[in-house]
This record gives sequence, structure tokens and C-alpha cells, in this order.
Amino acid sequence: MDVDKNIKILLVDDFSTMRKVIKNLLKQSGYNNIVEAEDGVDALKVLKSEKVDFVISDWNMPNMTGIELLKAVRADSDLSGLPFLMVTAEGLKENVVVAVKAGVSNYIVKPFTAEVLNEKIKKIIEKL
Amino acid sequence: MDVKLINPFLEGTTSVLKTMAFVAPKPGKPYLKNDGLARGDVSGIIGFTGTLSGSMALSFSENAILKIVSNMFGEEIKEINGDIEDAVGELTNIISGVARKKLESFGLTVLAAIPTVVSGKGHSIKHVLGGKSIVIPFETEDGPFVVDVCMSEMK
Repeated sequence: MDVDKNIKILLVDDFSTMRKVIKNLLKQSGYNNIVEAEDGVDALKVLKSEKVDFVISDWNMPNMTGIELLKAVRADSDLSGLPFLMVTAEGLKENVVVAVKAGVSNYIVKPFTAEVLNEKIKKIIEKL
Repeated sequence: MDVKLINPFLEGTTSVLKTMAFVAPKPGKPYLKNDGLARGDVSGIIGFTGTLSGSMALSFSENAILKIVSNMFGEEIKEINGDIEDAVGELTNIISGVARKKLESFGLTVLAAIPTVVSGKGHSIKHVLGGKSIVIPFETEDGPFVVDVCMSEMK
């Protein structure tokens, strides 16, 4: 199945450099419809104001972490089905368990290539 | 410092730069360093606590880091600026994360702090433990950088 490359992706990370890096990887795979937020609070504002098809979020962020954002998304009837890919710096087992319990669609451990990121996105969308 | 503790940093650095920046750094022969002077123009340093404690610094020459970050961003960056410093912080974080995961496979517990970044010619690097550090020099096509580690196993 071919994934629609025009899906609107919300990229959430407190580091603008990491957003740039992931945006660059997404563009390499043909995804150009990207909006950004710098933490969970900012991300929720975006999600409430425009239609987003896919969320890619960092774990560690000030104000509202990735896991708190995920829980807020899953608890919101308008957003609960949104595909959510969590980015983490460590593949620690405990973190993965917490994310799975909170309803994460999949997770990806830094560092990763454009191919791996694209595969994860495809897998999530194919399951929908 | 046990040499087995150095390899995770060497491997972590090589794999992260290959994956994120498409740069294949060649490691040179590690050596002991007895001064606080950084070997590069911009450095990221991160502290560790746990059964293994100490700190790791990455210190890049200007040309090496400009190429690395330009590749990571997909756009050419010509001078060391705030973006470069943020990227060095992220690289320090990610490389230490990969190294920590490898160290944990040896049964060690390693917790990391938040990295700090310093730039400028002739800046200094202060390791948490003090004393000698082990430096792994790397060469890239665009210039050198080093990984500077000072760690000790807590008995």
C-alpha cells in the first residue's frame, strides 16, 4: 500500500534543531506537509485548531512531555484515533511499556535514518 | 579507566554520525589527556551518575561540525551559530544515550544529566571527576573531532 505523502504531520520537539533534523528526514521520504510545535501544550493548541493526520513527538519536553501529550490525545474524543509516533533517545524497556500502555502507535529510538522513519510511518498507517 | 568502558563511546559516536549526518569518522589511537583544554572549537559535555560516573565531551573542529550539521539539516551552514550549538547538544545527548545502552548491557547503571555546550577557540572542558581523561581522536573528510571521556566505576 502506498502512503499518501500529503498527510499533515505534526512534529513536536522542544529543540528546534531536532525538528529541523526530523523535517529533513521526512522531506527525504517525500513528506512536505509538516507543522511544528515546541512542546505538548503547544501541540494540543495546534491539534485543536487544525486537522492533523499524524503526530511525531519527542518524549522529554518541558511544560508537557510526549507521554502526557499522548495521554491527552487518547483521552480526547475528537483526537483519540490519531496516529502517534513517539521519538525517544533511549530504547529503555520501561519507557516502551509506559508508551504502549498509554496507546502509542509505535516508537522510534534516536538516531534513525529517513528509511526507518518512513517504515514506521507506513506501518502505522497500514494498520489504520 | 577500563578500556571496555571506552568502546561504547567509540561505537556510539561512529554509528550516530553515520546515521544522522552520513559522515563516516575514522577513529585514531586513543591517548591520555592531562589538561582541561578542549581539542576542538565547539564542545558538548554531559555528566553521568550511577554505578559508572563521570563525564563525556565531544569536541569538534569548526570544519567538521559545519559539515556534520549541514548534512543533518539538509542545508549548508557556514559558521558556528546557535543552531550548531544546539545540534552539538543533541548529538552529545544521542551519542551518550547509545553509549549508555551499551554500558547497561555490561550490567552498569548509568544516568545522564543535560548536556552543556561551549564554543570558541581554546575553550576549556571540565570533567566532573577531574584528573586524566581518555581522548579518542576521529578524522572526517572535513576535519577532526575528539571524544573526551573521564569515567570511573563506583565500587
